[in-house]
Amino acid sequence: MEYLVILIAAVFVNNIVLSQFLGICPFLGVSNRISTSIGMSGAVLFVMTIATTVTYLLHQYILVPSGLDYLRTITFILVIAALVQMVEIILKKVSPPLYQALGVFLPLITTNCAVLGVAILALGLENGSLLKAVFFALSHAIGFSLALVVFASIREFLELADLPEGMKGVPINLLVAGLLSLAFLGFAGLV
Amino acid sequence: MNKTLDQKQNFLKGIIKENPVFVMLLGMCPALGVTSSAFNGLGMGVATLFVLLMSNIVVSLIKSQIPNKVRIPAFIIIIASFVTVVEMVLEAYIPFLYEQLGIFIPLIVVNCLILGRAEAFASKNNLFSSVLDALGMGLGFTIALTALGATREILGSGSIFDIKFVGEDANTFILFILPPGAFIALAYLAVLFQRLTPKTS
Repeated sequence: MEYLVILIAAVFVNNIVLSQFLGICPFLGVSNRISTSIGMSGAVLFVMTIATTVTYLLHQYILVPSGLDYLRTITFILVIAALVQMVEIILKKVSPPLYQALGVFLPLITTNCAVLGVAILALGLENGSLLKAVFFALSHAIGFSLALVVFASIREFLELADLPEGMKGVPINLLVAGLLSLAFLGFAGLV
Repeated sequence: MNKTLDQKQNFLKGIIKENPVFVMLLGMCPALGVTSSAFNGLGMGVATLFVLLMSNIVVSLIKSQIPNKVRIPAFIIIIASFVTVVEMVLEAYIPFLYEQLGIFIPLIVVNCLILGRAEAFASKNNLFSSVLDALGMGLGFTIALTALGATREILGSGSIFDIKFVGEDANTFILFILPPGAFIALAYLAVLFQRLTPKTS
């Protein structure tokens, strides 16, 4: 039950993009095609879950016992950067088709603040455990994917829309994101 | 003469022509996430300005010592160190702002604006130009965040910098201090910014 609440809260109520504003860069950057948005979602799902697992263990068993909690930001970002590189190398070797699908998105993920954000947020969970933190990351990644894919499918229609000159490009995308966020606001109070 | 003109241009470009938020769309997460009031926007802007300035200074001073292959991790460590400093200072001296900005303080590390300037500017230019570049870009970012925060606060809470100008029971557009309002306000500010800036072409 507790896990169901985490899932629903992360995907709908506190959607990471639309209500917490993390990962806006890939949200606006790679959402012009549904296919690319699915690729990006896959890469984020993968990296976010692994990164949170590693940073959670690191924080719990190394940083906290040795009183180095204040180095959190530095260590986490380094771990994430190294991890992304490692995942890239391993995927290339182990599963070329998956690498083909996710490859171009992996380097972009280091600067995706959603990954670092979720890793930090996972530390603040009530009665936290490793399993819970990993599930928390997974749920947020699903929320990210949902927002990204829905947004991309709306943007594909926008290409055909007749817009005033000034609204073209960034402003209309932000407006659409705003309306999408408004729709997600309807889930508030669900859990 | 020409040189001073260049430096002036170098400083001003961040504020108008290459404004990080309205034109380059860098650092959008904090721009949307913390701007529910003008004060928060200003606080985030100044914190980012500080980190940007310090990282540009350090990067431009040690650029010849950093091997090309590991420059990005090196930049990230430099940036992360200053972010940690900001985090500690805010927690100690301005706990109210620290609470308000929350997760977005450690996330200054992944603000693409800072890494972008380190990579694109400070690693190629001398100290003086890098300082001007950081000040210009940082001010542009601060102005954008404060403007967005002020717009949202005026419409959403009927106040500016916490000074209320409507009655206690007045109806305000609550929407603008909620998440959707951030996207909508930024969309219209971006249109306005495009309209008001002189076209270079």
